[in-house]
Amino acid sequence: MKRVRAEVLNARRLGAYHSITLVAPEVAERVRPGQFVSIAMPEGRTFLLRRHFSIHQSSRRGGWAGTLEFVFDPRGLGTGWLAEVKAHQFLDVIGPLGKAFAYPAKLNACLLVAEGHGAAPIYFLAQELRARGKRVDLLVGAEDMDHVFKPIEGKRLSQTITIVTADGSLGERGIVLDALAQVVESTGAQVIYAAARRSTLRAIAELCMERRIPSQMAVEEPMACGIGLCFTCTVPVIRKDGSGYDNLRACTDGPVFNPARILWDRWMGDEPRLAPTPPEGFPVIRSWPG
Amino acid sequence: MSQRMKPSLAVDLHGLRFAHPVLAASGCLATGHDVPALVDLHKFGGVVSRSLTLGPSKGSPTPRSAETPSGLLTAVGLQNPGVEAFVADDLPRFVKAGVPVIGSVAGASPEEYIRVAQALHRQPGVVALEVYLGSSDEERGGGPVYARLERVLEVVGAVARLSSIPVFAKLPPLVPDLVGTARACVRAGAFGLTLVDGVPGLAIDARGLRPKTAVPVGGVSGPALKPLALAAVYGVARAMPEVPVMGVGGISTGEDAVEFLLAGAWAVQVGTALLVDPSAPVEIARGILDYLRDKGIASPADLRGRLRVRGG
Repeated sequence: MKRVRAEVLNARRLGAYHSITLVAPEVAERVRPGQFVSIAMPEGRTFLLRRHFSIHQSSRRGGWAGTLEFVFDPRGLGTGWLAEVKAHQFLDVIGPLGKAFAYPAKLNACLLVAEGHGAAPIYFLAQELRARGKRVDLLVGAEDMDHVFKPIEGKRLSQTITIVTADGSLGERGIVLDALAQVVESTGAQVIYAAARRSTLRAIAELCMERRIPSQMAVEEPMACGIGLCFTCTVPVIRKDGSGYDNLRACTDGPVFNPARILWDRWMGDEPRLAPTPPEGFPVIRSWPG
Repeated sequence: MSQRMKPSLAVDLHGLRFAHPVLAASGCLATGHDVPALVDLHKFGGVVSRSLTLGPSKGSPTPRSAETPSGLLTAVGLQNPGVEAFVADDLPRFVKAGVPVIGSVAGASPEEYIRVAQALHRQPGVVALEVYLGSSDEERGGGPVYARLERVLEVVGAVARLSSIPVFAKLPPLVPDLVGTARACVRAGAFGLTLVDGVPGLAIDARGLRPKTAVPVGGVSGPALKPLALAAVYGVARAMPEVPVMGVGGISTGEDAVEFLLAGAWAVQVGTALLVDPSAPVEIARGILDYLRDKGIASPADLRGRLRVRGG
């Protein structure tokens, strides 16, 4: 983890989203898919906290060496400010933060599921999986066409891509869960990765448990600090020995978790209906985090 | 006055010494065993631990935080590993970094406060205790301990009687008679006061028709709290100028810290600013030094009582 003053190389719109590319070699060369950066807000404003963004790209080689890109939906105060940032401005950046997705050693067919700008880290992962000779299929959902992140890039990165939008303006009308079971069948998915809303992740996790498909998911929890200090972004995770659960920080112990070990009832805000049990016999790939 | 003034940042609270007057506030520095590399612990004046309970506490469901205007609302629910695990796993890291530790004592009953304090007060490296009074008072059917003066005095008195090291009582600004409460704490044996604890706050997501945090009412910290904290420090320090007061609430620059010292604080604590900038306490200490040098003032202690109050 490094803290740097990074120059904005490029700031642009991408459909409904904004993208910022930073020159930050100390950060970029260590970045892996699933990790995120923390960006400080300007001083003297009413919004104080750093903002945290999954990394979409990092380039180690070529003309863009030492750069990294993140993507955001400018709906809040901080992201609204960031949407006005121009090239050659400097940002206070901490990164890379969090645990990355792990790659399967033997299993081959990887299905990657993303909602909205969750596609940004998922495409980064797709690229790394492809570089390791894996089959990659994508299932991408969004509210409308504008919120489908880089569909052409998605097509290039995958064997097959299935796009669903809530209003039907691109691909099928619906949400990712409507298409999930069918896509799992047709692609022969052996591993599932996901970045989406909590309720979507839970439904994907249930399907993975049912079909005994190993999975990893990047969660999105509001983080006050992003560097492990404040304990606000916790996720209830069942202990390996099944003796109970711990509230682990999404920023330092995640954001990538094994969904088989998330205590979903508790995380969804309900009291746990069942005593936590170990995910016995559940296929876990060695070195899987969480 | 030709000689260039060389101020020192060291402070001495009746024998409790810190290399500089800027400490990390409770709850803003993880637990100690996994403090990120960006935090230069040894350059902090001191650290206050997370508020510790007797056994481990899982804390509240999420979401636990929401940004509010010039502030931060948190409802973490005292997640901590328990005092024993803190002493075994976390404290040694602070000690190794050479930073003085103030143990923050919490509990659901006076009995629990006592047992947590007992587990802390003789530990090498722990230089003082701070009594967190926002815990839910389970023996009295809930509500914070600070809401009942007799419970405040019972808890602070019990901890002070057993402790071999100085005890600070941490008070929120909104108790009915803050100066009276502070005075009663000192009479009950408190060595000093930490002013202020966060105030209750609520953030609402109107579109979703729900509170932004899982536990609706949390504590507000950050700059939004600063004027309340300054008034609390000013009032208490004026009433009891000989009692050490640590000021906390929205300090993010050297100038903010100087304002607290002028209001009568002996030292300050930094919380929310640390979450935004892990080197904040170091920068703030540097800011105080610059101010002292500019003004030709020898030490932070010399700022106390310097506030020019008209007719005061």
